[in-house]
Amino acid sequence: MSLKAPVTFFLLIAVAGLAVFPHFSDEFYLEFFTHLMVMGIFAMSLDLLIGYTGLVSFGHAAFFGLAGYLLAIVTPQDEAVALWLSLPVCLGGVALAALVIGWFSVRTAGIYFIMITLAFAQMLFYYFNENEALGGSDGIFIFSKPFVGFGDWQIIDLANPTTVYYFVLASLVACYLLLTVMLRAPFGQVIQAIRANEHRTRALGYDTQRYKLVAFVIAGTMAGFAGYLEAVSTGIVSPGHLHWHNSGLVMMHVILGGMGTLYGPILGAFILGLLHDQVQEVTEHWHLVQGVFVIFVVLFLPRGIAGLVGRLFGRARDLDTEENRVAVDDEHKVGAEPNGERTK
Amino acid sequence: MDLTTFLIQTLNGVQYGFLLFLVASGLTLIFGIMGIINLAHGAFYMLGAYIVYWLMGYTDNLLIAVLVGLPIMLAVGYLIERFAISYLYDRDHLYQVLLTYGLILIFNELQKIFWGTDFYSVPVPSVLGGSVTLTETQVYPVYRLFISLICMTIAAGMYVLIGRTRLGMMIRAGASNREMAQVLGINIGRVFAIVFSLGAALAAFAGMVGAPISSVYPGMGDQILIISFVVVVIGGIGSIKGAFVGAMLIGLADTFGQVLLPDFASVVVYAVMALVLLWRPQGLFGKA
Repeated sequence: MSLKAPVTFFLLIAVAGLAVFPHFSDEFYLEFFTHLMVMGIFAMSLDLLIGYTGLVSFGHAAFFGLAGYLLAIVTPQDEAVALWLSLPVCLGGVALAALVIGWFSVRTAGIYFIMITLAFAQMLFYYFNENEALGGSDGIFIFSKPFVGFGDWQIIDLANPTTVYYFVLASLVACYLLLTVMLRAPFGQVIQAIRANEHRTRALGYDTQRYKLVAFVIAGTMAGFAGYLEAVSTGIVSPGHLHWHNSGLVMMHVILGGMGTLYGPILGAFILGLLHDQVQEVTEHWHLVQGVFVIFVVLFLPRGIAGLVGRLFGRARDLDTEENRVAVDDEHKVGAEPNGERTK
Repeated sequence: MDLTTFLIQTLNGVQYGFLLFLVASGLTLIFGIMGIINLAHGAFYMLGAYIVYWLMGYTDNLLIAVLVGLPIMLAVGYLIERFAISYLYDRDHLYQVLLTYGLILIFNELQKIFWGTDFYSVPVPSVLGGSVTLTETQVYPVYRLFISLICMTIAAGMYVLIGRTRLGMMIRAGASNREMAQVLGINIGRVFAIVFSLGAALAAFAGMVGAPISSVYPGMGDQILIISFVVVVIGGIGSIKGAFVGAMLIGLADTFGQVLLPDFASVVVYAVMALVLLWRPQGLFGKA
């Protein structure tokens, strides 16, 4: 039995549910769900690296936070900046950063890749954390939301939480569709081949370094888009957005939901977020619960919720094959040392 | 910068480098021998510092506090290896990262529950409280020199342990070929448990002796962890010699960065890392 049809059905229901949600929600949960959808985009972008390309990036929060800071920088003190202007500038800046960091990082593999992405993200974190002009460790406010419109004609008002909610929902759906199409296209097929077996893919004549770099830039830019939306919806950017705990959190979303599926990470973001919200009511020691929870997932649910659904309702074919997984593990053992070809 | 300041900063850098080496060598050993990427390593450093602070409340003697604290940390390391890490040997790095990240969350929260979010200080032992006079106006604390000395002794001890003893032989055998070592009758599971506990104790020891000069505060483990990663990446993962050179390089770069480029102090070490990787992507002593 194929899982495609039930999953599509489930996703349509979920989108419909999110679309009517504002009619039943108070302002707190409206903003909370906006945040969860933003985290969903963020997690999906990381899944492109972890679940599809096989690159375990531990510095993904850098791009998320950087986009917010770029928005804060281009927004004048007492005036709104046009979305048409600020969005391309922010995404362009993030893409450039991802290109530079990626250029260093994809030359390495395995554990080196994890450590290097982490180190670069921390470098950006410290830069913003100590930059007093940008608010230092307190972060910086963005007083005016980006203006969406032409001249005096405003199309939508991003100062309105409900409008932002729908704007983010539309972005989430758009990112999902974009990634789906991209993964079906030749480029997407090649990066999935890299994950399955990089050596074979290279033997077929593909410049895998370049493909990995492009995937890294795309994922970074999408993370930046999520960061842009977060900054727009909350109106504040802080160094915490770039902190490695944020990178760890989003990695948790990906694994909990199920890597290698695009809906899984979104699901992971919602489940962990809602769990956080519930646990907070009972105890202030959320991190303790979170820590135990993530260890539980690693030990007993390595394929995440999507994997669980796959095991319960069908063969794992649509998610990830066993051969595929073994091949990836082999690749990681080989990849524990940096690629010899480039360095010799 | 005059010569005395230069000397003082060099001594500071070397002393910081030695502390980094204690943490990073455990990290690199655990990876090189066991194939485990252990994010919780910084938490051991933090625990060491907090345990010493806690024990100092009872004894007032740093030596006794360290001697009591070390067995505690060996036991903590052993238990974590048995009940968490040992399930990860054949798993992807991704899961190792996540599980040990979960451990960090738990340790950080436990630290908050037991000790709160205040900054604490641990007094320098009175025997070592003096300072060496360098010039008429400049002095250098004896305790910092003492740290460098004791770390040097430990580094030499590690060199002997790994290169010259039977246990060291087993460790090296396990690192180069796990299955073959097992076939030859070495209980590799036990060797791994020992390596992990020793690594934990080393990191904790760094936290303990470092406590009197840097205060004891929440998040101190995270900070040292990331810097240790940089050290390990620069030196080449799995190489003790690399960890030593990397630690010295970073210790000096960080210290002089703070003096010469105060605005970019914390960025300097990462720039050093990027430069080294540009030149040798596998690290200075890593195997290509």
